[in-house]
Amino acid sequence: MENFTPLSASFGGILIGLASTILLLTQGRLAGISGILGGLLLQNTSDRNWRIVFLLGLVIGASLYSFFGGDVSGVNINPYHLSYKIHIAALIVGGLLVGYGTQIGSGCTSGHGICGLGRLSTRSLVATIIFMSTAGLTVFIIRNIFGV
Amino acid sequence: MQILFSFIASVLFGLGLAISGMLNPAKVIGFLDITGKWDPSLAFVMGGALVVTVFSFRWVLRRPTPIISDIFHLPIKNNLDGQLITGAAIFGVGWAVSGLCPGPALASVGFLDEKLLIFVLALIIGSLLANVHFLIGNNSTPRRLGGKS
Repeated sequence: MENFTPLSASFGGILIGLASTILLLTQGRLAGISGILGGLLLQNTSDRNWRIVFLLGLVIGASLYSFFGGDVSGVNINPYHLSYKIHIAALIVGGLLVGYGTQIGSGCTSGHGICGLGRLSTRSLVATIIFMSTAGLTVFIIRNIFGV
Repeated sequence: MQILFSFIASVLFGLGLAISGMLNPAKVIGFLDITGKWDPSLAFVMGGALVVTVFSFRWVLRRPTPIISDIFHLPIKNNLDGQLITGAAIFGVGWAVSGLCPGPALASVGFLDEKLLIFVLALIIGSLLANVHFLIGNNSTPRRLGGKS
């Protein structure tokens, strides 16, 4: 557990919780990132503006951390130490599955895991247990069967 | 006003993701790899956020309306269905293969990393496919996307 960072993880988590509270309190929206993206991709109403601003702010928030000296070098880490081509293939397959799965399943880690559980939604509890399980199982298979 | 609060919330959200270390796919895989060198940090990120939202959401949702909007845009569905389960299962596999979920991936766009941008492009295509697939598959009422989490 040499990489375990409980303090920064908890502090970052609290900020995410506060951010979700501000969005719900002011405009009655849940800070589910896949939902915000999904609405932007399909809707053609006036509802677009806050979504665009939200995604922009997300990028600015992460960039501010880097601007003030935070280490973001982990962004391009290749967690399984795959060759370049296989890593790109994994990112494409992963991206397609994450996009498709979160839209069909109405949420991702933030939507179900933080906002949904925050309002004690049974659907979100079930979704979180399922995506955590399939993710854990997939990592187990990649690590132990493919040996990376 | 809506734009301003959307901006404040999202900057905090992006900052929180970065501080928590969740922009790093290795931290995510480290959490999911429970039989390997397990890194429980992700549980502390979710825990930190939930300590806030479990109480604050209860307090916020006691209000008749949000401060600068007429209604709370909450998901309508409250039953478990095949879509929720299939979608969550598919998402989990993609998350494990890439180490990325939508929040960290989109927040990292500003770092202009070529591989991350490829992931984001695939994420957008996957999301579009799901919505198109759904609209073709169910010619009754389009899925309500607005308030979904």
